[in-house]
Amino acid sequence: MGTHVIKMPDIGEGIAEVELSVWHVKVGDLVVEDQVLADVMTDKAMVDIPSPVHGKVISLGGVPGEVMAVGSILISIEVEGAGNFKESSQPAPVAAKEAPVAAPPKVEAVAASKPVAAPRPAVCQGPMVARDADERPLASPAVRKHALDLGIQLRLVRGTGPAGRVLHEDLDAYLAEGQSNASTATAAYAQRTDEEQIPVIGMRRKIAQRMQDATQRAAHFSYVEEIDVTSVEELRTHLNEKHGASRGKLTLLPFLVRALVVALRDFPQINARYDDEAQVITRLGAVHVGVATQSDIGLMVPVVRHAEARSLWDSAQEISRLATAARNGKASRDELSGSTITLTSLGALGGIVSTPVLNLPEVAIVGVNKIVERPMVVKGQIVVRKMMNLSSSFDHRVVDGMDAAQFIQAIRGLLEQPATLFVE
Amino acid sequence: MQTLNTTLLIIGGGPGGYVTAIRAGQLGISTILVEGESLGGTCLNIGCIPSKALIHVAEQFHQTQHHSQHSALGISVSAPTLDITKSVEWKDGIVDRLTTGVSALLKKHKVQVVQGWAKVIDGKTVEVGDTRIQCEHLVLATGSKSVNLPMLPIGGPIISSTEALAPKSVPKRLIVVGGGYIGLELGIAYRKLGAEVSVVEAQDRILPAYDAELTQPVHEALKQLGVKLYLKHSVQGFDSTNNTLQVLDPDGDVLNLETDQVLVAVGRKPNTQGWNLEGLNLAMNGSAIKIDNRCQTSMRNVYAIGDLSGEPMLAHRAMAQGEMVAELISGKSREFNPTAIAAVCFTDPELVVVGKTPDEAKAAGLDCIVSSFPFAANGRAMTLESKTGFVRVVARRDNHLIVGWQAVGVGVSELSTAFGQSLEMGARLEDIAGTIHAHPTLGEAVQEAALRALGHALHL
Repeated sequence: MGTHVIKMPDIGEGIAEVELSVWHVKVGDLVVEDQVLADVMTDKAMVDIPSPVHGKVISLGGVPGEVMAVGSILISIEVEGAGNFKESSQPAPVAAKEAPVAAPPKVEAVAASKPVAAPRPAVCQGPMVARDADERPLASPAVRKHALDLGIQLRLVRGTGPAGRVLHEDLDAYLAEGQSNASTATAAYAQRTDEEQIPVIGMRRKIAQRMQDATQRAAHFSYVEEIDVTSVEELRTHLNEKHGASRGKLTLLPFLVRALVVALRDFPQINARYDDEAQVITRLGAVHVGVATQSDIGLMVPVVRHAEARSLWDSAQEISRLATAARNGKASRDELSGSTITLTSLGALGGIVSTPVLNLPEVAIVGVNKIVERPMVVKGQIVVRKMMNLSSSFDHRVVDGMDAAQFIQAIRGLLEQPATLFVE
Repeated sequence: MQTLNTTLLIIGGGPGGYVTAIRAGQLGISTILVEGESLGGTCLNIGCIPSKALIHVAEQFHQTQHHSQHSALGISVSAPTLDITKSVEWKDGIVDRLTTGVSALLKKHKVQVVQGWAKVIDGKTVEVGDTRIQCEHLVLATGSKSVNLPMLPIGGPIISSTEALAPKSVPKRLIVVGGGYIGLELGIAYRKLGAEVSVVEAQDRILPAYDAELTQPVHEALKQLGVKLYLKHSVQGFDSTNNTLQVLDPDGDVLNLETDQVLVAVGRKPNTQGWNLEGLNLAMNGSAIKIDNRCQTSMRNVYAIGDLSGEPMLAHRAMAQGEMVAELISGKSREFNPTAIAAVCFTDPELVVVGKTPDEAKAAGLDCIVSSFPFAANGRAMTLESKTGFVRVVARRDNHLIVGWQAVGVGVSELSTAFGQSLEMGARLEDIAGTIHAHPTLGEAVQEAALRALGHALHL
């Protein structure tokens, strides 16, 4: 049993360092060959780091957001066989000491034979010094740097080293305590003067740049229309009752995707990309629908490819699969690019009206607001109908208001008479 | 007008600026560095490096002369002669190699160097000639300039350290105005090169920034070398017809000191003039730009590093600040929080101070043990013909945490490494006493000073 070490690869842009964006594994996870271990990011690209081996993760070389040198150790994996790393050259990572819970006997035997570090004495031998509030905490430069990276105030950490020196182990212990004693209970109405600066890096920086770019370049104009979704909702409920168990549940999104596909046949200028530097509009036959999805690290737009060739359930499954992948950070680069038009929905938080920002170089984005039951006048009678607004934005540089309005009216017509979604 | 866009713009290619640029390049930040003169700044061109080169020449010449007269080592040579032009050429060669190296490093890390004098337009715009540069982050690293005395304008026989480091000939008589480290380093070098050197200092002792015990061995060495000291004397003016410097003695009488050259070395001040810094209206701290512990000025995304940000004006501080600022700009969490910044005087003997002196520890309310070990009891020092000087340690009495190191003696500048490490790592007296120091080295005096503080020095 050996250790396989994967180093931060040179991803070929001539830079010495790469930002670690996200871990897809944690210490103790069993990984298989080709499983994606981590995503790393340069200014230009997000790259998956797959595992070349089967094995168990025994240590991670960095924390997300950390800029790591090319060639530094990214991850260590315990593997069958010799591995590519000599144990003797470096101390075994701390986590390797934990014996695997449910591993084959062979593993246990090896783990047991490994020297286990002597437990640290609970009390240090040197005199413990209570630090004054204004006294500089004692710690080596490496510990100070690590504390800064972790956002820990060294002042609050109990140092167990000589003369009250804060050690790496003390930081670990402090973190394990859950930092609960960091925030002393403050009275509900106490004045606060604290502030926190959050560097805009990684995914957030990219989102910020793209949003700003879109807002600066495109001439956004938004158009809101009210749609009676009573019929399409009835159809959806009916289909779910009939086929839900076997084909999966339908949300409203696949109906919207279908409505886009059908409406776009008459509005090719809206399923298009505008390259404003080359001054060229490319109209596309294929409808690749980007579906804006909130993930822990921010907004992502996975793409349902060739929506024009998908049935309702096919679309539904693809949307659901992509949303899960995006939320878990497992969406590939291909799955996150290449859309021709974007759908954005905040679900139950959909509000009444929104003003979506275009996903450049696309020229249209359709926003979905929430469905509410409202009294409506139908043939002189006040009846309760399920109503929903569509808030859409267009790039007015290349899409005229009349076209945009007619496009949305077409969608409205399709959704209000759901049969027309499927009649060819 | 041509416009360049960049993420990071650095004004000044000295140790602070070029290190910022290299680190930023490593981190993949697009970087432009503007330099009006030579890369390497004061340090490489007219400061640290050339002065050490000149000091080395002077020491070699002095040693050879010593052997030609009465060498206890049994070496006999005929009296040496000096071709100062060649010495300066040799020094220039070193400077050239270093500045070329800096230029290569910048190129390697894809830093664009713009040659010319920068003029700040606003916090994100700088003009260099007819080029306008737009940036997201601006680092000000314009360094410092020699302080001039109004009654001694530089020119002719009155020179600054810049001229003193590129002599065309060694003057017969030189008066150094200022008994700080620059004045003494150069004064001692000129004395060793054969000039009659006098030092005029307004305060009552040399190196007034350091304590008397520490400077005493330097004081004695000056006497032995025949450097004349005019302490508590202040300069009145220079009479260029008679080549005399008028100084006021402590009793208020005017002395006329005849001399061939006057070296003005009364300190340095932040270089805040001539590049429209005032246009930014930054908060100041005296004559320096006010910065926080991340080198941020009062304007967001505008940083000031190095001498421009005030004392201590040391190249290694500027470099550390520069590295940190580059990492901050890349989004890392950093702050400038060294335990100590070493200060070294390359006088003869050398002097090094790291962390708190006994007086500073006392002023900080610390109850400290102060202990020193003399080089007179160190074998290696004797083999270097050096008996003068000592290593001194300052440690807290309660937990033996070392808070400061000082040393004076031949070659002690290299001990600054050990001193700095022990302070940054939070070493206690026992840690140093328990570390085996190689024999025979000057470093043994470091271990012995710690042992002595613990009450059991071995060789005393």
